[in-house]
Amino acid sequence: MTSFTCDESVSLCEGNMMEVCGSTDSCLREFGCEQSLLSRPDGSASFVQGDTSVLAGVYGPAEVKVSKEIYDRATLEVLVQPKVGLPTVKERSQEQCVRETCEASLLLTLHPRSSLTLVLQVLHDDGSLLSCSLNAACMALMDAGLPMSCLFCGVTCAIDADGRIITDPTAAQEKESRALLTFAVDSTERKVLMSSTRGSFSVHELQQCIAVSQKASEKIFQFYRDSVRRRYSKTL
Amino acid sequence: MKDTLLSNCERDFLLKAIEEKKRLDGRQTYDYRKIKITFGTDYGCCYVDLGKTRVMAQVSCELVAPKENRPNEGIMFFNIELSPLASPIFEQGRQSELSVKLNRQLERCLRNSKCIDTESLCVVSGEKVWQIRVDVHMLNHDGNLMDAASIAAITALCHFRRPDIAVQGEEVTVYSPEERDPIALSIYHMPISVSFSFFQQGTYLLVDPCEREERVMDGLLMIAMNKHREICSVQSSGGIMLLKEQVLRCSKIASVKVSEITELISKALENDKKARKAGGRCGFAESLPQERITALKMDEMPVEVTDVTEQAYDIIQKTKEPPQTVPSPLVPAPGVGQVDQGQQNTWGLEEEEEEREDGVEEEAVMEVEQQKEEESKGNIVEISDSEEEEVIILHPETPDTLHKSSCHQQGSATSKKKHKK
Repeated sequence: MTSFTCDESVSLCEGNMMEVCGSTDSCLREFGCEQSLLSRPDGSASFVQGDTSVLAGVYGPAEVKVSKEIYDRATLEVLVQPKVGLPTVKERSQEQCVRETCEASLLLTLHPRSSLTLVLQVLHDDGSLLSCSLNAACMALMDAGLPMSCLFCGVTCAIDADGRIITDPTAAQEKESRALLTFAVDSTERKVLMSSTRGSFSVHELQQCIAVSQKASEKIFQFYRDSVRRRYSKTL
Repeated sequence: MKDTLLSNCERDFLLKAIEEKKRLDGRQTYDYRKIKITFGTDYGCCYVDLGKTRVMAQVSCELVAPKENRPNEGIMFFNIELSPLASPIFEQGRQSELSVKLNRQLERCLRNSKCIDTESLCVVSGEKVWQIRVDVHMLNHDGNLMDAASIAAITALCHFRRPDIAVQGEEVTVYSPEERDPIALSIYHMPISVSFSFFQQGTYLLVDPCEREERVMDGLLMIAMNKHREICSVQSSGGIMLLKEQVLRCSKIASVKVSEITELISKALENDKKARKAGGRCGFAESLPQERITALKMDEMPVEVTDVTEQAYDIIQKTKEPPQTVPSPLVPAPGVGQVDQGQQNTWGLEEEEEEREDGVEEEAVMEVEQQKEEESKGNIVEISDSEEEEVIILHPETPDTLHKSSCHQQGSATSKKKHKK
């Protein structure tokens, strides 16, 4: 049971209200995306946020190993490949975050007893890696043409020492931050599909970050829409 | 995931086309596919596109203790990752035959040819040397992974800069890139691997086979060479017998290809150097194609956050306070005691004593009965029977009826036993 009651948190943030609402340094770095850039995977995309870039590829629906078979839905496997060395615990936790988000939005029951493999290759890490991975994953799933109930995007917020909220932080900003929050937001109701946090923050700050992420997600979904429109501009 | 098989029709078609000196992608026999070299944002990161084959190499360094038999030489480490991204047949974290073969070939091509001055990587003899690690990731497999990997690895090594160091007595200081400019590795020459595939027992030869051609080939010859026309390694696989003339002809072709590729690499390195000097942005993000329909870029944009604070405040205000205690404790069955938060202790002292007495009595009765049974029917006491009796003792009933009912049930149990026997 959480020990935080509502009254406590409100009074707590009223104390440092000036810090919290001081100013929000909210801007998203430049975005870039390319779909179907690899010939082998069924769907692929590279997503660039500032200098951070991730390459994603999707294989499936395909034959599944008997040991991994699930009788009423597809088995989703997410693999994160680091740039140097072999996958470590950090990559495993990232895989878990991405997998849970994808499972929430993909209609896996439409492909029972089959496998979906999503491979994410980190090309460069300059902060907000998890949100970039989520965006790349969504674009690759879209490119593979897999049925989804909604799209999703990832937004990372950093709270720095002065209590300012920075969206889409760089590696340097991440290092200096007091707390780091990453949310996956769905496209239909702007609900939070997944959250991954680090550091300490108040309830008020959490709510504020969610609100900021929801605002930022609108920009990203607009970008998704533009890129899809551009892609199919010749065929439709 | 299993790989899709190549049908006999496709196989025959490919072989027939090769016989007619035609290739699927319209290339001539000795043509390479288009090579594109791009660099990442940080030093030592290089992407190579060889047609549709795509490879990434990343060089990193670390200070380690040297090997005992070579105390003043740095260590080179090569790792080829056959990522499942490249092809569905590649599995993560499993050493396949192909990955071992490629790793070995890359080591022979770059380490054993002594193209890098390992002695310059020594910091303190016998104590500290640089370990240079080259990670090559396969991103898309469309044939000829080896050539792409060798180009990517050597280009990344040329591009890499290690941090500057200073040694004062026993102390080693490593300077960050901001403090002192990082230093490039000293590279003597650039060995590049060129692959030849043979068909129909060596009758036909193709340079730079694509994935389809690799599937129908009989044998493969890989020649690693530098631009001074020095052969660094030759590897023939597939169990094909080659004539002396064939190998010599291949080495001649290789020397032409190597000089072309070397020129391309040095051009790419120079371009990158210029771009970095100019202070402009460089790296993967900049190499994203603009004119393609599948690619889109968006500039930096602000996020509207004016009413965020109010929104957050609103949500918190509207949230109900979580209840401090559980309103009505759930009792799974009468007579079950629970010691937990905010609940009354139902284990009254008197009741407990009573129950205990009951228990003792029952046990005594039971023992007597069991003894009787043993006496009358020998030692045929089944475990299941005793379990049945235990269940009876703990049956949740009110204390008054407990005694009676348990007696009754015991009676029935014993009667059952008798029945059985």
